[in-house]
Amino acid sequence: MTEHSCGGPTDGQRSTALAGRERIRPDRPEWAAGEIPAHRRPLPLITRDALTVRTARPTHDRLAALNEERHVGTWTPEVARLREQGAAIRRETLTDLEKYLQQLTGSVERNGAVVHRAGTPAEARAVIARIARENGVRLAVKSKSMATEEIHLNAHLNAEGVEVVETDLGEYIVQLADERPSHIVGPALHKSRQDVTDLFGQLAGAELSGEPEDLAAFARTRLRADFKAADLGISGVNFAAADTGTLAIVTNEGNADMVTSQPRVHVAVMTVEKVIPRFADLGVLVPLLCDAATKQRVSVYQTLVNGPRRAGESDGPEQLHLVILDNGRTKALGTPQEEVLACIRCGNCQISCPVYRTVGGGHPYSAVYGGPIGAVLSPLIGDPGTDSDLPFLSSLCGACYDACPVKIPIPDLLVNLRAQHESAPAAGAARAGWRAWGLAWRTGAGFRATLAAARLAGRLLPDRLLARLPGPGRGWAAGRALPPLREAGAFRRWFRRYDERRAATRKRDGRQG
Amino acid sequence: MTEADAGARPRPARVALFTSCMGDLAAGGPARATVEVLAAMGVAVELPRAQTCCGQPALNSGHPAEAGALLDRWLRIFAPYDAVVTPAGSCAAYLHHHLGRLRAPTPEQRALVEHTYEFSQFVMAYGTELRLRLSGSVTYHDSCHLARTLGERRTPRQLLGRIEGLTVREMAGCDTCCGFGGTFAAKFPDVSVAMADTKLRSAAAEGTDWLVSADPGCLLHLSGRARKAGPPVRTRHLAELVRDALVPSEVPA
Repeated sequence: MTEHSCGGPTDGQRSTALAGRERIRPDRPEWAAGEIPAHRRPLPLITRDALTVRTARPTHDRLAALNEERHVGTWTPEVARLREQGAAIRRETLTDLEKYLQQLTGSVERNGAVVHRAGTPAEARAVIARIARENGVRLAVKSKSMATEEIHLNAHLNAEGVEVVETDLGEYIVQLADERPSHIVGPALHKSRQDVTDLFGQLAGAELSGEPEDLAAFARTRLRADFKAADLGISGVNFAAADTGTLAIVTNEGNADMVTSQPRVHVAVMTVEKVIPRFADLGVLVPLLCDAATKQRVSVYQTLVNGPRRAGESDGPEQLHLVILDNGRTKALGTPQEEVLACIRCGNCQISCPVYRTVGGGHPYSAVYGGPIGAVLSPLIGDPGTDSDLPFLSSLCGACYDACPVKIPIPDLLVNLRAQHESAPAAGAARAGWRAWGLAWRTGAGFRATLAAARLAGRLLPDRLLARLPGPGRGWAAGRALPPLREAGAFRRWFRRYDERRAATRKRDGRQG
Repeated sequence: MTEADAGARPRPARVALFTSCMGDLAAGGPARATVEVLAAMGVAVELPRAQTCCGQPALNSGHPAEAGALLDRWLRIFAPYDAVVTPAGSCAAYLHHHLGRLRAPTPEQRALVEHTYEFSQFVMAYGTELRLRLSGSVTYHDSCHLARTLGERRTPRQLLGRIEGLTVREMAGCDTCCGFGGTFAAKFPDVSVAMADTKLRSAAAEGTDWLVSADPGCLLHLSGRARKAGPPVRTRHLAELVRDALVPSEVPA
């Protein structure tokens, strides 16, 4: 699981799209697509450094403009209706997820495909590697799939001697740069047109035109060759209909059509919560997803996969495999956190999030999924305890809830996860501190003592010194002037005098009346 | 509802001020202004001395037990009143949103929180006869919990709109979080401050006399940043602006 670098061409390299990759010098090793060390640096330090990265400010400005243009967080009456329906549909399966997964399995098998259930990333990787081995696969093409990011599939297949090419334009860009996606739907949202021009130029070993059409044509020409040459197509799944076994994939580039129809073998990878009750629900969920993700009424392509090639059909794979991955999700069922499983991966909460925008996208979250949804999903999946600090990387402003097409109460879920984090043994000191705070502020005298202490500190100690004392004041004072502590309790003193005057006036008026 | 209708609503008899811990510790100005504006409305607001904090900092830091204990206490202390007014938009929103999440409230407790108002809500509901005049210009920063949890984007702006002579200019991203976020400001100071700079730049671009908001937390954070190193923007709490705009009623001699 360490072979994820964009090393030189191996003997017998077959990919056209990746030819020349050895010329690219990745410049952000901390954003690399491989597994993130469990003991990474603390988030405050990672995010502090992220603010100084060259692309952070332009990315912020681009995302903020997008947020304003799209009026993220507001919904037209038509989409608001879809939102209510979509929110209900997405919770329907959560009441009995296993039942729907069984139904889906039956339907998909009737369509002639093979279903594999995987509890862990390792199991999912092993299944896919076995399929690749058994079919002598040397080149795989992929359409966008966050589930495969979650299991770090590319690195694993590379280690098995399989070249893997990302065919979604944004995914192709981050693959070349050896970075993980910075956004669920727009993996390369943190890259400017110039960044992409430079990257493709390095790949080609020549100066390229920076016109968007030329850049797209450059990628298309190279990718087309790989669609033809690949033995294996790997796709994600946006929705899997339990009643018909249909796997729905939503794209704007049509690459999923190619991935699912050209290679001999197609492996679709989904996580458990992607199942939906009925094919007809796509009529609600697809337009809802498109509105939330890209403000389109509907995406350019909707790929509906109903099994492998049948007799008499001119294209389609000989084999279709569906891998259904859990990775900790079903543990959330029956708890308040299960709502995170309603997510349809539109990425709207990320665009809406001022913290995500400010740190330049998803990378500083140091998880496969960044932004608000990442902060609630990441602690749930993978090893226990991993990413448990992520829920603190939020100002709880609530923009994500307004932006969510299926109404996941992300701020409430973040607060729940914070409580989980603080109940762990490692948070003993914090617990003791808050306990003391609670005991003091549970009495009027304790609170007044706090006010008096603050006032005394404000009067005796210069701000320079106060700013250096351990505690929250130090964080505050980094970049901000301290509030005037010497005025602590001033309002109460003023009110006492005011109230006396008021009472005296009332008494006088009473006598006169 | 027309203003006349609102004015006709019976005014609550006993009104308490919920200062908020921040008001007691470091933002007394908005609390005092609230008392003065309410006095001009003929409301003799009371100040329960035993009050401390609603518990929001504890809950948002992951300590629901401490938060629940403080919430119980808050409910006891304010129970005797017909209405509670606070200059802290976030605390009002917190009480409304989390009462049912932290506790199974009695009908009386539910009613108490339903009658807990953020400053501009109370003034717009019961202060229609106030005459307000102040020349100058402001831009309004929507504090997150007032705008999103309580859904109050219009009411504070309507109140600003009632001040004769005042120009209100909307800044870009007026409802984007300023980066305060309670303990977030101390846990992630660099991100928090970068968010303040974005907000202050937007406000500075409007060139108004004041950035006005209805939350002391946002204002402490923004003014602290502006004073230390940020764009030169002056901040003012909505209650202070309204207090400064009070026109003494012409009492016949």
